[in-house]
Amino acid sequence: MANQRRRLALSVARKDLRIERRSHVLTAQILPFTLVTMVLFAFALDATSVLQRVAPGLVWLAVLFSMMIVVQRAFAVETADGALDALRSAGADMSGVFFGKFIALVVQLIIVEGALWIAAVLLYGIELRLGGIVLLVTSSISATCGLAAIGTIYGGLASGIQGRESLLPLLVLPVASPVLIGATRSAEAAFGIGGTVASEGWPWLGLLTVFAVAFVVVGSFAFGPLVDD
Amino acid sequence: MRGYLWSSNANVVRVEDGGESPSVCRVNDVPTAHRNAVVMTDVVAMTGGFPALAGIDIQVAEGEIVLLAGPNGAGKTTVLRVCAGIQPIARGSVSVLGFDLRTDLAHIRSNVGFVGHRNGLYEDLTPAENLDFWAKVIGASPDEVDAAIDVMALNARVRDTPVSRLSAGQRRRVALAVLVIRRARLWLLDEPHAGLDASGRDELDGILRRAAASGATVVLASHELERATALATRRITISGGVIDGGDRNG
Repeated sequence: MANQRRRLALSVARKDLRIERRSHVLTAQILPFTLVTMVLFAFALDATSVLQRVAPGLVWLAVLFSMMIVVQRAFAVETADGALDALRSAGADMSGVFFGKFIALVVQLIIVEGALWIAAVLLYGIELRLGGIVLLVTSSISATCGLAAIGTIYGGLASGIQGRESLLPLLVLPVASPVLIGATRSAEAAFGIGGTVASEGWPWLGLLTVFAVAFVVVGSFAFGPLVDD
Repeated sequence: MRGYLWSSNANVVRVEDGGESPSVCRVNDVPTAHRNAVVMTDVVAMTGGFPALAGIDIQVAEGEIVLLAGPNGAGKTTVLRVCAGIQPIARGSVSVLGFDLRTDLAHIRSNVGFVGHRNGLYEDLTPAENLDFWAKVIGASPDEVDAAIDVMALNARVRDTPVSRLSAGQRRRVALAVLVIRRARLWLLDEPHAGLDASGRDELDGILRRAAASGATVVLASHELERATALATRRITISGGVIDGGDRNG
């Protein structure tokens, strides 16, 4: 059973990433959107000191906005011709489908985050300390897993509902707010913003990890029934 | 693990699978000691608070091609969705391929192929990639994918063109190829002729006849009464969620 689930998850993840690579939605639409968002933040705040103070929060806000598009896209390919229904009606293990879509989302979000952190360094002039690198990487991975799990659960739930484009942010953003807070505080500690030190970020990493594990476990059980209903 | 596979001339080819068991169970899970593919008894099914099926009784024997006829809203699609295990029933009992709908849903879903108004394909992928994905999902071999492509006459140009650029008939053939790879024992097709030109309809009829000849049971809902009646071995007319009549061809 575990082997079957793993094989299904890898097949779904590979398929999603292949579709993404072919359609260029991530590189031609989502990445430019996130970078434009970062530039607009800079225009709106218009002070280097303010931008440096709030840069981690802006980056994670941009990640959240990007995630909405990535999740919408991930489930649009499933619903356009009823492929998710076909998998469901064929008796496919929906927890395997959940893990596959989760993995593909994690990969895409990490690419987005990489681009956003580079943009933040270049545009806002923030500097990453050597001691903060491990904290930034681990907290980003944990936060990404939490966001991807939330996105997959609610993307599946909203996939069969009319008006899902506007419904998804309403469902996801409140639930994702603990990730936004934890990831921002952790990144602030990694960058030493506001006089913080890296050690202050580790408790936030713990929170992000617990959150990610909880939502991955919940998603693996709940995804099938949610999609079924 | 044993199963069957068509060849293009409708012979049944036995295949031996190695490796681990698949994510989606296949034909060998079907109990052999039964004669009816579908038995629905006094079934009531609700759609949006409305009884789409109002105490319907249907029996379909293995190997039959059965046409469900009736006006829009009669309950044809609901019958197909109930048999596919994707629509719950409020009353009555349903047995599909010997499995009870209430207790053996996973087995029913594994052995039944449902193609509705949508084909269940990934439009950014080619037919070959779609079929390869399904093969990986169910643990079918590349040979079985090739055989399905052969059965559905998907030539090289079609199988390497993204589904979004294919005609309705070509898409339908790819969707049916998925059923072949899945070795579905019961094919449930909702308006399979819709959107097809004359040659596409002829090809589809040939495919369905070959499916029945190879042991599959086909239940289709269609408004193309003349063509579908010629194809079917039996017609069941539904109206208002109940049986309104039936004929046996030949």
